[in-house]
Amino acid sequence: MSDLPEQAFREEAQELLTELETALLELEERPDDMEVVGQIFRAMHTIKGSGAMFGFSDISNFTHEVETVYDLVRNGRVSVSKPLVEISLQARDHIQELLEACCSGAEVEHKKSAALVEELQQFMPDGQHQAGESRDKADTPVSDEQELCTYRISFKPHPHILQNGTKISALLNELAELGTCHSIAQLSKLPSLDKMDPEQCYVSWNILLTSTCSEDAIRDVFMFVEDDCDLGIYLIDTGEGGEEERLRLGDILVGRGEVTQEDIDRVLAKSKRIGEMLVEAGLVEQDQIEAALQEQKVIRAVREERQKKKQEQAPVASSLRVPAERLDELVNLVGELVTVQSRLSQVAAQRHDADLDSIAEEVERLTEELRDSTLNIRMLPIGSTFSKFKRLVRDIASSLNKEVEFETAGAETELDKTVIEQLNDPLIHIIRNSMDHGIEMPAEREAQDKPRHGRVFLGAEHAGDSVIIEIRDDGKGLDAEKLRQKAVSKGVISEDDTLSEQECYQLIFAPGFSTAEKVSGLSGRGVGMDVVKRAIEALRGSIELTSTPGQGTTVRMQIPLTLAIIESLLVTIDGGSFILPLTAVEECIELTKEDIEAAHGRHLAKVRGSLIPYIPLRKTFGISTEAPPIQQIVITKTGGRRLGFVVDNVIGEHQTVIKPLGPLYKDLRTISGGTILGDGSIALILDLVQLMHQADAQEKNLESDHE
Amino acid sequence: MSDSETSITNAHQYLTFILNGEVFGIATNRVLEVLDYTHITPVPQTPEFMCGVINLRGSIVPVVDMHRKFGLPASERTVNSCIIIVSATVDGEQTSIGAVADSVREVLDLDPATIEETPRMGTRLNTDFIRGVGKHNEEFILLLNIDTIFSAAEFASEALDEIPVEESGG
Repeated sequence: MSDLPEQAFREEAQELLTELETALLELEERPDDMEVVGQIFRAMHTIKGSGAMFGFSDISNFTHEVETVYDLVRNGRVSVSKPLVEISLQARDHIQELLEACCSGAEVEHKKSAALVEELQQFMPDGQHQAGESRDKADTPVSDEQELCTYRISFKPHPHILQNGTKISALLNELAELGTCHSIAQLSKLPSLDKMDPEQCYVSWNILLTSTCSEDAIRDVFMFVEDDCDLGIYLIDTGEGGEEERLRLGDILVGRGEVTQEDIDRVLAKSKRIGEMLVEAGLVEQDQIEAALQEQKVIRAVREERQKKKQEQAPVASSLRVPAERLDELVNLVGELVTVQSRLSQVAAQRHDADLDSIAEEVERLTEELRDSTLNIRMLPIGSTFSKFKRLVRDIASSLNKEVEFETAGAETELDKTVIEQLNDPLIHIIRNSMDHGIEMPAEREAQDKPRHGRVFLGAEHAGDSVIIEIRDDGKGLDAEKLRQKAVSKGVISEDDTLSEQECYQLIFAPGFSTAEKVSGLSGRGVGMDVVKRAIEALRGSIELTSTPGQGTTVRMQIPLTLAIIESLLVTIDGGSFILPLTAVEECIELTKEDIEAAHGRHLAKVRGSLIPYIPLRKTFGISTEAPPIQQIVITKTGGRRLGFVVDNVIGEHQTVIKPLGPLYKDLRTISGGTILGDGSIALILDLVQLMHQADAQEKNLESDHE
Repeated sequence: MSDSETSITNAHQYLTFILNGEVFGIATNRVLEVLDYTHITPVPQTPEFMCGVINLRGSIVPVVDMHRKFGLPASERTVNSCIIIVSATVDGEQTSIGAVADSVREVLDLDPATIEETPRMGTRLNTDFIRGVGKHNEEFILLLNIDTIFSAAEFASEALDEIPVEESGG
């Protein structure tokens, strides 16, 4: 547990980097939005600060450079441009790499850091780089939690102060460590060179310190020189109230006792710039004015910053950060509890004891609630991954020279954390395909009276206990004929197979199928849609594709909300228990011996006038014992088709806590896991889609055997 | 019992068990527990030597029939039949696996110096499965290499022969 703070830093940094990415992409759309710039600056600043705190100096040093640029952007000295956002995004990626490198102890790429820093510096006006650096050093220790106060420190050393060995620069440095520090030397007392005694101090300082520290802390800095100087510490901005009150230069000067209110009024009457006028009138020195101007600026900046922070903090709900493993553990325990509860219900049902029955019912209700709320904890809005895709679309579009708008909907749709993680790669793949093969070049689009900008839409919505995810593009759609020919040439289908257009589209899910004529760097790196399909099926989901030539392609995925516990139908075959996911089940009908004889070996059942194919699971599983006289067909909706599965008996609904069968069974596709029943025996979970594929394949083999 | 005084070095201790009259040994640091033979839930569409799965206090553990795995003739289940739960590494993943044995004998201390290399021929077994041959009271003990026996590749290749081909042209 020794690396706990580092772990916290890593998590925090990861979050900040995501935030940063979103903000950068926003900035690209609205380059004038200073709020976004502020957001970027703060994210960088926090990464830098905590990076330095935990000793990740590579991260903090590099981030510092990026931050410097955004500081200048914030001050309006550098304007936001597309190249700047581009390089910033690269820098963000690099910070991520650094973070990963630091955490895994891998070699850090200093070369890349240096190259990026160099590119960044091109955005800075000359000479700004150094200035940014010195100020930022002072910036680091500022804690974000406490109210920032701004102090004016008037430090007028007595002339003999140097004689006892006081180092004024050390004092000022110490002060700078307390917070953001702006010091302005007052040189007005400096005599001409011939009269100057090098052992005397003629300079005094006006220092503005923005910090969370108390006045005492500042006094401590001057503890040893207190008798050798005139020290004044004034709190000039506390952050409480006074936000709307404007700070005027004149007020500040009066407050400092440099001029009187009457002086100001008199000079103001001439209505020139007040600073110039005061200098002209000989009332104050130029550097005093400068100090005051600086003060005005600093306080404004501090107040703005605070205002922003307040707006930001308001909507944040209180939350806890919990390691994912602990949640997994909790889910496991709830799983066990569900198993025990079903045992209790089973025992209660046999005992016919009213008291026991009522307890069992109560436990059942509580367990269900507990299960739902536990699984709820793991639910995350899918939107957290959307920003990543936004970036992806942007990068791909620019590398393909296509113009693409990315739209999302349903970002608030919640899904199990692990499901979201495993959806990542398939989604990336589909989006890539849409942009690479779907969306046409801008010129091509214009020729077809389409808007220059292609559209890629990613949406999510709830549907019962699953989530529908849809990826839509308005590109050229799929070419059914081309797909068919390709499939024939690859031997996926034979020449005389007649397929409807929609059936042709499904061919792209066949293994080893790639539609692109040439392999581009983006899609077609040997990973086809078959991998996507398999990934979705591994999540117990289904995927289908529709396409209209010239108008685009839509990929629809249905994903179950969670992987841990499912509602299911418990059936038996030859004494063994099996589980079918309840979402797929439509109805159960009987299959008698007479029905089988009447069907003449065809596996088709008549259900209210329509014929539904079925898979006799006894045969599939190679069970040779005599089947009961009346079997049951469980009619399901599998892979978009109605399909029956023949079992011996249907026991009823069951809450299934899914357990993996382990690595030994990883090549077994038709069984996706197991569960422990109330009596301690094991039931196997059937993967209906895989069973269907297997039956399809066998049928095809049979056909080819007949030819 | 003299081994209570000597320091126990697990690496040289072997649990011996009988398969078809022959004595085999597994390093004790890989043995988690020995169970009485219980009902094993068969898993369809798997090679014959994979008996199925059992419920081990809430976890699902696969069980392998060592007779079939080693190509030995099957033997009757008796009261002495048992399931040895071992910890094996399959595809880089640590997992528990049950192995059916005719009976377990004892835990033996074998001096590493007395362990001989596996003879290239004549064991009638895949020599990759054998770590070496130990000798105890004029009796040879075949010491098993758990990880190679249960390696996934080993299973996949055999599985392919027995499972009907799933997809054509794939």
